[in-house]
Amino acid sequence: MSTAPGAGASDGAAGRAPGGGPSGDATDTPLLTARGIAKRYAQREALRGVDLDAHAGELIAVIGPNGAGKTTLLSILAGAQEPSAGTIELAGDAPAHGSSVGWVPQQPAVYSRLTVAENLELFARLERVSDPRAAVREMLEQTGLRERAQERVGRLSGGNRQRVNIALGLLADPAVLVLDEPSSSLDPRQRERLWRFVLESSGRGRSVVFSTHNVAEAERYAGRVIVLADGELLFSGTPAELARSSGSDGGLGFEGAFVEFLRIRGH
Amino acid sequence: MKSMLKKDLVILARSRLLVGVLVVYPIAVALLIGLAISRAPSKPKVAVVNLSPPGASVELGARPARRVQVGHYYGALLKQIQAVPVATRAQAIAKVRSGRVLAAIVIPANIAARLSSVTSQGEIEVIYNGEALEQSFVHSTIEAALAQANLELSNRIRSLAASVIADLLKGGNLGVPGTPQNLPGLRRIPGILQGVLRRQPPGPQREALAQVAEFAQFAAQNLGLSGRVLNTVSRPIAVHTKLLHGRRTPLDAYAVVVAVSISLMFVCVLLAAGGVALEREEHTLSRLVRGLVSRELLLVEKLLLAAGCSLVLAFAMLAGIGAFVGLEWGRVAQWLLALAGGAVAFGALGVAIGALAREVRAASLLAFLLSLPLAFLALVPAGAVAGGLYDAIRVISFVFPFKAALQALDAAVNRSSPGLGSSLVHLLTLTLAFAALARVGLRRAE
Repeated sequence: MSTAPGAGASDGAAGRAPGGGPSGDATDTPLLTARGIAKRYAQREALRGVDLDAHAGELIAVIGPNGAGKTTLLSILAGAQEPSAGTIELAGDAPAHGSSVGWVPQQPAVYSRLTVAENLELFARLERVSDPRAAVREMLEQTGLRERAQERVGRLSGGNRQRVNIALGLLADPAVLVLDEPSSSLDPRQRERLWRFVLESSGRGRSVVFSTHNVAEAERYAGRVIVLADGELLFSGTPAELARSSGSDGGLGFEGAFVEFLRIRGH
Repeated sequence: MKSMLKKDLVILARSRLLVGVLVVYPIAVALLIGLAISRAPSKPKVAVVNLSPPGASVELGARPARRVQVGHYYGALLKQIQAVPVATRAQAIAKVRSGRVLAAIVIPANIAARLSSVTSQGEIEVIYNGEALEQSFVHSTIEAALAQANLELSNRIRSLAASVIADLLKGGNLGVPGTPQNLPGLRRIPGILQGVLRRQPPGPQREALAQVAEFAQFAAQNLGLSGRVLNTVSRPIAVHTKLLHGRRTPLDAYAVVVAVSISLMFVCVLLAAGGVALEREEHTLSRLVRGLVSRELLLVEKLLLAAGCSLVLAFAMLAGIGAFVGLEWGRVAQWLLALAGGAVAFGALGVAIGALAREVRAASLLAFLLSLPLAFLALVPAGAVAGGLYDAIRVISFVFPFKAALQALDAAVNRSSPGLGSSLVHLLTLTLAFAALARVGLRRAE
């Protein structure tokens, strides 16, 4: 496998610390540091001065109303878009993006006329993984897609397609995994499997940043919640801190507290 | 680049319907256009009533009279049209009315007599269908057919008249039983008369004979010019054709170049546009451009793939047609150069379209809608439309690669001008311009 930011080379075996980064709990040294991220589309400001630190083993949920800038922020963190202003730094001397940040976009970014294995092998080669075939085998095992390896992606169910999408994001064993609304097209059983997989991935020391409209998922799985509205970072803290900052005594539930928080902040 | 090319070839191979359409459609369009350009307009279907008696002839001269069969005129006319022989004028009119023929020509019974009279012209009747569009086409075609038949008849009459005059000048045996033998001929008469004059004593008879000899000399000289005069009268203006641009391009060879250029354009533009649009439709573009493949490399890869596939197809097409149409195989290197230049420019146009469109269908439609009129505009000849409009067409043809690719291939295959070098420079310039547009389009669309 490739050498990823943070430390030494990984061994390519299942259960390894991703990217060779710190395994286990979050540490004080962030794997990814974003400062003053701004994005402007013509006259519209999609993001305004957003700061974010992502530590090893940390699971960060980005939530906010529609048009808040969640997808823009995540695609900038993943390197799919250039920010208009601001900087992104990764721990170590790894390249800013590519193999060091795994990207799982909202819509599965896969070639529907290629098979699952062909998709994985193509991106493994593009990610310059040292042994692409071994990486493909490992990903097929990890995502439970071994039986579907020779099927064309276009013939897979939405859930399995999303699994391929996630597998592509993890191919290069990145230190940071960025997922944009990963559970939006999945049924409850598939969602459960997805989060189990993400938690396992985070538990191995990988920093995971995900966006969601389902605030219950943020409360349940995220260690830290970031609230965006109109391109502005309104909050960064634990779900419990967000609930407290809305002034609710717990009677509203997390979703109610989140809505109340937005109302208080004028959104 | 290698992985991306391999991936796109696998995807292409699995899109059999698309490949089939991309190959069959341009070939079909190209062949249709080639046939339309290279084939002469079909002859109009015309009813013909020949009322002149069989063997009727126009007589010229006397003792013996020379004859031109009316059948010669009829035959010359039939060569120009698709004739439907009918017996009567009424039947001819009925056929025109029913639309089974576009017009009718009635050759009257007295045409030979009128021509023989020398004092009056022969007359024929032409009956047209009244439908405006067809009438204009039929009118001009039949006018041309009649003019051609008239010319052929005129040539025959001129030839006979010249032969009668030649006989008058040279004399001898006319080869017809009952006619005088060893006639002296007008050219010999002045010499004979001079001989007689030398033996004639001076006096009024000698003076009169001298005047006759002088007139005979004058008549022989002037009659000798009559052959050339007849030629001038029958064809007062001779047409000499001069080509201003290079070597003459045979129409069938030019049709081949047009057909191959159209195929090259369709396949290349559609493949390149579809290839780029597919990356966006499959949402893979955002994954690729995050450090895995640069946008420039992605565009170059799509361009080269489309150019390579279309080059192979176009060359196969050119070689295939070359088996039937005489092409210079010694210039195969120039063919490949021209095809490559055109393919790369079309590829650049295609990736620009693909970068601007969000999905494959939109890109394909845009590519198709743009390519078809470009091809037709580039084929509009000078003088076919008003000057201002032709200038606008020239500008459009200049800023898109079809015309330059057509000129490059025409230069490579037919040695026409402008030369291959200048067309390739033009194509290279357009390639850079469209590649830059594609790069901007790809960034703006993100």
